[in-house]
Amino acid sequence: MNDTCRDTIAVLDDYLEHTLAAAQQAVVDGHLRRCPYCRDYFATYRDTVRLSRLAALEPDPADRSDGRDPLGELDELSLRLAEAILRKGSRPS
Amino acid sequence: METVGEAELLVALRAGEPAAVRGFVHTHRGRMHAVAKRILGSEEEAQEIVQEAFLRAFQSLAQFRGCSKLSTWLHRIVINEALMTLRGRKSRVVEQSIDDLLPRFYDDGHRMAPLPAWSERADLLLLRDELRAVVQRSIDGLPESLRIVLVLRDIEGLDVKETAAMLEVTEGAVKTRLHRARQALRAVLEKELTR
Repeated sequence: MNDTCRDTIAVLDDYLEHTLAAAQQAVVDGHLRRCPYCRDYFATYRDTVRLSRLAALEPDPADRSDGRDPLGELDELSLRLAEAILRKGSRPS
Repeated sequence: METVGEAELLVALRAGEPAAVRGFVHTHRGRMHAVAKRILGSEEEAQEIVQEAFLRAFQSLAQFRGCSKLSTWLHRIVINEALMTLRGRKSRVVEQSIDDLLPRFYDDGHRMAPLPAWSERADLLLLRDELRAVVQRSIDGLPESLRIVLVLRDIEGLDVKETAAMLEVTEGAVKTRLHRARQALRAVLEKELTR
């Protein structure tokens, strides 16, 4: 690979997962040391992955501004679903 | 691996013991609903899918081999059901290009016109619902073929091989789409967090 922004950004997933060959890893390390743009790109790319995971976490019900109780709703739905399963039986049909 | 607790639970579920069934549904339904909703983007469809998935799971408990945890097995059934629903409506969707969200380069391979960093601002907002909402909205706005790979890999934690099998595409396609999805999402977040 070449020591350019394009080539560095192209391999960021492998770089993040430490699956690059040693020689490629060294090229990317060197480029990130020298290029502030790619250093910033890498930091925000890594943050993007992290934020996706965090955004998927359910918010604390106490933080909800609409006053709804999602756990209460889920309990009701869970009960109805469990009863439907029990009516059908768990054995193969 | 199946633990002792799981083995006992499996016996109880296979026997249709009401307390075990209710407990299992109560423990997993909320998370499975969130999984289906992330894939489908619809509360109502997610509710139907989760019901279908649980019923299907209970009816095929005899085939469960215990190679994974029960919750992992159920998770994959929910994802499968949701993807089948998604495929059914896929032909109606026209995907938008993300070219303007990808980085641009000069002929020599160096990058054009980067915007200021937003990492610090993201950290300040990290635990607030405001940021969570921005990220969720940004993910929802990605083209479907990219969004679904990002959801399966980065949120649901499937590996490349499993994602490829679920989506019936090559592992190379999964890697390419994930990279494009992350780049596009990064650019959308950059716009949202630096304005």
